[in-house]
Amino acid sequence: MFKICSKRRLNSNVTLIDVEAPAVAKKAKAGQFIILRTDEYGERVPFTIAGCDREAGTVQVIYQVVGKTTMQLDTLEEGDCLADFAGPLGKPTEIEGLNRVAVVGGGVGCAIAMPVAKALHDQGASVDIIAGFRSRDIVILEEEMRGMCDNYYLMTDDGTAGEHGFTTTKLQQLLEAGEKYDCVIAIGPVIMMKFIVATAKPFEVPTMVSLNPIMIDGTGMCGCCRVSINGEMKFACVDGPDFDGYSVDFDELIRRNSYYKEQEEHGKEHICNLTGGVRHA
Amino acid sequence: MPNMSPTKVAMPEQDPKVRAKNFDEVACGYTAEMAQEEATRCLNCKKPVCIDGCPVLVHIPDFIQKIVEGEFEQAYEIIASTNSLPAVCGRVCPQETQCEAKCIRGLRSEPVAIGRLERFVADWHIEHSEKREIEIIPNGHKVAIVGSGPAGLTCAGDLAMAGCDVTVFEAFHECGGVLVYGIPEFRLPKAIVKREVEGLEDLGVKFRKDVVIGRTMTIDELFEEGYEAIFVGSGAGLPMFMGIEGESLLGVYSANEYLTRINLMKAFRDDYDTPAPRNRCVAVIGGGNVAMDAARSALRMGADKVMIVYRRSMEELPARAEEVQHAIEEGVEFNLLRNPVKILSDENGYVCGMECIKMELGEPDASGRRRPVPIEGSEFTMECDAVIMALGTRANPIIGQTTEGLDLNKWNCIVADEETAATTREGVYAGGDAVTGAATVILAMGAGKQAADSMLKYMGVE
Repeated sequence: MFKICSKRRLNSNVTLIDVEAPAVAKKAKAGQFIILRTDEYGERVPFTIAGCDREAGTVQVIYQVVGKTTMQLDTLEEGDCLADFAGPLGKPTEIEGLNRVAVVGGGVGCAIAMPVAKALHDQGASVDIIAGFRSRDIVILEEEMRGMCDNYYLMTDDGTAGEHGFTTTKLQQLLEAGEKYDCVIAIGPVIMMKFIVATAKPFEVPTMVSLNPIMIDGTGMCGCCRVSINGEMKFACVDGPDFDGYSVDFDELIRRNSYYKEQEEHGKEHICNLTGGVRHA
Repeated sequence: MPNMSPTKVAMPEQDPKVRAKNFDEVACGYTAEMAQEEATRCLNCKKPVCIDGCPVLVHIPDFIQKIVEGEFEQAYEIIASTNSLPAVCGRVCPQETQCEAKCIRGLRSEPVAIGRLERFVADWHIEHSEKREIEIIPNGHKVAIVGSGPAGLTCAGDLAMAGCDVTVFEAFHECGGVLVYGIPEFRLPKAIVKREVEGLEDLGVKFRKDVVIGRTMTIDELFEEGYEAIFVGSGAGLPMFMGIEGESLLGVYSANEYLTRINLMKAFRDDYDTPAPRNRCVAVIGGGNVAMDAARSALRMGADKVMIVYRRSMEELPARAEEVQHAIEEGVEFNLLRNPVKILSDENGYVCGMECIKMELGEPDASGRRRPVPIEGSEFTMECDAVIMALGTRANPIIGQTTEGLDLNKWNCIVADEETAATTREGVYAGGDAVTGAATVILAMGAGKQAADSMLKYMGVE
């Protein structure tokens, strides 16, 4: 069992938890993920590691409540335990040798972008962060991220905080203004990553994306997380989750990620009606 | 005078029409009377060749004689002395190509039903006996087992019996490897696997779940923690696909994914959260045991029509005869000498059919089986809304990628000596699908057993 040591709401829908998992904390690197299961009846769900405290032996996970599992996870409080917490999985983000990087985070994707930005910042790279949100009330991690970059650009779709526009708008501006990045690292909704790649491509800036296909085991066994990279089949859990953005078939990924939408919607209703989120109590 | 009946005592089974809609075990098992009747068919040969057919060398005639005498617990002790997972093997071993293939009775009639008798004895033991009290003298040696599948469990059992301090590291949340994620409940109830694992715990074996060796800890770190010898039985890895158009469409699964959802994640039960595959018309590509498991699971998940699509003919099907027979009885259709060329998509990216080509058998290939050759111009389409690829697997890449000095072959399988299970890294032994690629439970167990022997020699234990 893996204890939730602390729990902090970042906005109305996004929450940060620190989970006691010393073995994972010891090994975790930016870009890697864990698989957790809330209880015996839960799914195995991947979450990217948002940070870790090696001394305390805790691993940070940031989740947004979107479906049954995250609703279930959200019913757990400090002191409660997760049934399973395995990792760190996947390959760490390759940051060696990068000196000037634009890190783009979209929505809750900022939680995943943060450890990458931090790792880059820690190795002395110059980092620009572009963080995009729909609106002011869901902005997360602003303070933390400001502390790990040279320039922090906050974008909102409705202009209620930071600048009005998408992350692509800002990246376009910066590139047009002559900013020279060794690499753009984009993490967020698949559709955002697709357009970040389209924005960076004319400027020939290498662009790395972190993919989030549906997974089950997460250890290179089930083949569910296959993605097309340059037309070749790759598995995000062992070959990724980071891939060269220019090579990714984003439309295929968007389609594949929608496969269980209907059942998940049904699942949400199911849990609410039955036990209000606490089952087998 | 032995019982000279030419046929095995029939195995009671659930009615095919009923069982095709549930996940309860298909074969119900012999009663004591049936087992004793079947046991009297054994000639108790002076030179029992059946044993040569068993990768873990079960003393077959000895345990069968104990059944005749009604000494079922003694029969169990005989089996358990060389086989750590009798209740599993009695259910899933391909006896018809192993022990039963060698049985003298098989020359003129049906061989003795060794597998069914083994299962009877194991189940009798589970039902009737107390916890086994075995005195083990600790030998002070600490060993690690990577993976709790059939190879790892067997290796762990033998090393624990020899007195080693054994820890098994399992990546998943449940122990058993392919026995829990791959083989379906209706063929091998998970409660049985759990009992076998508990049996090893009784011997002092420790299990650490949610530990992915190669990620959470490396092989080198295990040595640093004081493990003297390590057995890697990390199992099969990434599934193979055909490389044809349409394999990323919605409704295309690897058999690993399909079976893992249903077996490990229990998607067939309403009280578990993992979404279940719900398809109407399912095509399963392949002809092995995994293909049969996937096809029969698809029926039970509510599909109206399930088809096996295999590029050779009935005779070359690699699946166990019994599994094929069961699949036919339950209503699985066999489309033989057919090979998919392309998976077809509807306007939303869902599978709506498959283009196939007819095949004919040519000259025998390297495997000795006649090679299937496409018949030019024979393409046709079949309708389906799901395609399950059951074509075998490659090795799991994680340990290979993270362990210095561990050689892999061109399929990324770990290179291990066939006799000793030794890898190219000192103190590291390997066996099962991680070495051979997709094979059977009993072969993995045989490798686990060999490895245990070698590890004891390596550590200087007599």
